[in-house]
Amino acid sequence: MTDLLEFKNVTKIYSRGLLSKTSTTALSNISLKLDDEKPTIVTVAGESGSGKTTLAMLLLGFITPTSGQILYKGQDISKLRGSDRMVFRREVQAVFQDPFAVFNPFYTVDHLLTVPIKRFKLAKSKREARAIMYEALNAVGLAPEDVLGRYPHQISGGQRQRINVARALVLKPKLLVADEPVSMVDASLRASILETLRGLQRNYGVSIIYITHDLTTAYHIAKSIIVLYRGEVMEAGDVDTIINNPKHPYTRLLIDSIPWPDINRHWGETEIKAKESELTAQNSGCKFAPRCPFSFWPCFQTTPLFRLNEHQAASCFLYEEHPRLEAERLTELLPV
Amino acid sequence: MTTLALSQPEVIRPGRLTLLLRYMRRNKSLVIGLFIVLLLTAFTLIGMLTIDKGLAYPLSVKTKQPPSAQFPLGTDFFGRDLLAAMVVGMWQTALIGVLAGGLGTLIGVVLGFTSAYFGGPIDNGIKGICQILTPIPPFLIQVVLAGSLDKRSVTVYTMAFIVVLLSWMGPTLVIRSQVLSMKERQFVSVAKLSGMGDLGVIFGEILPNLLPFIAAAFVGQVFAAVFASFYLAVIGLGPLREPLLGNTIWSAQSQGAFFNGWWWWPIEPAVAMVLILGSLALINMGLDELANPRIRRTE
Amino acid sequence: MNRTMEPVLKVIDLQVSYYTDLGRAIALAGATLSLNAEEKLGLVGESGSGKSTMALAMMRMIKPPGRVERGQVIVDGTDLRTLSDEEMLRARLSKIAYIPQGAMNSLNPVTRIGAQMMDAIKAHDPKARKSEILERCMQALESVDLKRPVFRMYAHELSGGMKQRVCIAISILLKQKVIICDEPTSALDVVTQRQVMETIDRVQKEIGAAVILIGHDMGLMAQFVDKVAVLYAGRLMEVSTVREMFTNPKHPYAKALINSLPSLDNKGVFQGIPGLAPSILRLPSGCAFHPRCSRAIEVCTTEIPELGTLVDGRSVACHLFSDNA
Repeated sequence: MTDLLEFKNVTKIYSRGLLSKTSTTALSNISLKLDDEKPTIVTVAGESGSGKTTLAMLLLGFITPTSGQILYKGQDISKLRGSDRMVFRREVQAVFQDPFAVFNPFYTVDHLLTVPIKRFKLAKSKREARAIMYEALNAVGLAPEDVLGRYPHQISGGQRQRINVARALVLKPKLLVADEPVSMVDASLRASILETLRGLQRNYGVSIIYITHDLTTAYHIAKSIIVLYRGEVMEAGDVDTIINNPKHPYTRLLIDSIPWPDINRHWGETEIKAKESELTAQNSGCKFAPRCPFSFWPCFQTTPLFRLNEHQAASCFLYEEHPRLEAERLTELLPV
Repeated sequence: MTTLALSQPEVIRPGRLTLLLRYMRRNKSLVIGLFIVLLLTAFTLIGMLTIDKGLAYPLSVKTKQPPSAQFPLGTDFFGRDLLAAMVVGMWQTALIGVLAGGLGTLIGVVLGFTSAYFGGPIDNGIKGICQILTPIPPFLIQVVLAGSLDKRSVTVYTMAFIVVLLSWMGPTLVIRSQVLSMKERQFVSVAKLSGMGDLGVIFGEILPNLLPFIAAAFVGQVFAAVFASFYLAVIGLGPLREPLLGNTIWSAQSQGAFFNGWWWWPIEPAVAMVLILGSLALINMGLDELANPRIRRTE
Repeated sequence: MNRTMEPVLKVIDLQVSYYTDLGRAIALAGATLSLNAEEKLGLVGESGSGKSTMALAMMRMIKPPGRVERGQVIVDGTDLRTLSDEEMLRARLSKIAYIPQGAMNSLNPVTRIGAQMMDAIKAHDPKARKSEILERCMQALESVDLKRPVFRMYAHELSGGMKQRVCIAISILLKQKVIICDEPTSALDVVTQRQVMETIDRVQKEIGAAVILIGHDMGLMAQFVDKVAVLYAGRLMEVSTVREMFTNPKHPYAKALINSLPSLDNKGVFQGIPGLAPSILRLPSGCAFHPRCSRAIEVCTTEIPELGTLVDGRSVACHLFSDNA
């Protein structure tokens, strides 16, 4: 049982300036494992500044970690060369948030699909390439005649995002990073795009890391969830359990603030303490402590993970009577 | 269950010609500038093919003749047929402009791309050199260089070289800043995810989007080159034998053409120069509108 | 509850067209609705449905090639369309406010927040005394939950949510009767979003204004507004109370929209709406929704349904509910 992906104590710190010591810890000691044989959908949830985008960039190999390792099929991705690197490139793909930004305005939308087909030699002839494109477009619910040959600004946002997903389909990756894929798409289209992504996992065995701040869509598509705040794991586990029964104060705040389209379910009574967002220097210990109504002195020292049940863990001293869980074993509680 | 999107009802788009004409109506400077350039080019080309170039040099024809049927633009003190002189002069001006302009732009593109894409010490080096050379007044250096050359080695080509020497920094910095912003765009990341290497990204993804800027830089460079060759020649530093427009004015002025009533001699090259520079400036303004999508009001 | 008999905002048959190179596009047609003081209306629609156009038309901020061709916009008894340019300028300061999308990006980056707030008041009330202006600014900041030091800060020192609340503070300084918020929280995180919406709610009660919230997030509507108006291809399809809209939507489009929303009960079930919204340059004949409607009948393909009032006070533009059914 090989691991498709492994994050080993990955930390990423951005430092600014030559002389000043200001640095931001984008991710702090994150460990994660994804199984090769059991494709799954994991949500990484968090607000801006949580580190979720950094996680995506690290995963795709666009930036390197400050410490720790990222392994793809057992190999450190920063050390991959040549054909190994091409394999990695092909098997790890992404769908980004902005449907318009991924298109080069100079070319028609076909360009987005023809480039990977050519680069990864997925077709032996122009006709074969066209067939592959048609198949992928149909699979995302687009009629090829409607979009091929057009420029990005001539088609709608929903169509653009579907083409993005089609691109991922063409490559049939093993791991797909979906960074807020539906947040810039109209509500009525989200359903079908999310459905297509789920289909990828079910029918093509693609593992998806679904990054979002919108827990409603996460609830519907993912099996497990990791909640990040300022680069640290606050809570992780099975998505049903956590959304229906959140334990960590931050998760509670997040869930309470979701505007459910349900008039019987109101924004909760969770107090939003410390209403100004903290632009101050970061403290040691739990990053949420300054805003947490339950914080007390140990919160500012360290933040261990406590395992609450088979599929849930939270890093909060409220649960200190539960057994501790090392960061490296986080994956154990993510159901598949 | 995947929901199949139904086909969009086709929006009837007007033909490309209609869109082009509408655009031309909005971007008048580009159209007028191009038109004048076209006229001048036609004049020069037809001229080069029909007239006797030798007449552009001294002691060819009767001197000091005003414009007439035989000499449509008159002749000068030294016996040059001014029609021939204008034609050859325009041709040589164009040569300098395109050579120096093209060379300056090429250097700008290569250095600008390299600097921006690869960053690090290369970027610092190129950027540093540009920043040091930019404040140096080009006119000064050009005058010193042209003045210190042996009169016989000053040719059209050395003029072009002198001009390029201090004009390449502008395009380099402009292209560099455009590439810097463009390489962070998401379509570049996606291209990399699709397996494109660095060279592919530079030529396939970034360069096509930079064409309007490169075109604008080229026009700017041509303008600077033509203008520089003109003012250097006007003060007598050009290749004196050649009928460059600036030379004609210089020699007219040194012979006191206006006082002697030979008004046609300096006026003609002056008018020509205004037309050339003016049309280039108009094209530059028009390209600005094309390159900057915020000003552009198309589609 | 402070309710006057007359609605504070009445829009009657508003129509806006854009004259483009590709022809005339009717961005908004036959828009009619009314709003009482202290009432909150949600204007919902997908992109291109005409919601921002409606807001801009109400503010008389439509620029060529757009044109308001018909209709009345009556705020507090005055039809804004009959005002002169100068009177409209003053109306924008005193009667009706517009907080555009990305308003936080329109804060001046080189002047302090306080200076910008004071400028707003001075533009409206040139004779006010400085100490009075200062006090009003401080009160406004407090009502949006910002501390006094913010007055002396620059825009870049504030977070997205804080900037948005500054914009709300500036607009309420002038105690307008109607506040139009165009996607005020689209760039904000869910917790900040809640904070901003709760602020708008509180502020609105304090000054007794009516609020129009424009957006496409139905969840936000459910949490915040009293009435919902659904726009499609430039026309109002349904106007109901929020409870009616979410429990018993009448118009097929509204119904499909509600059904496509994820909720805690129907995990894993996705129901989108087949087809694509039409381009306003090329609208289908009759009802714009009929190509995608599961309940379309003959008359839907030929006649545009009018926005009619039902017995319970709701408005629906659908032949199924008019006498033609």
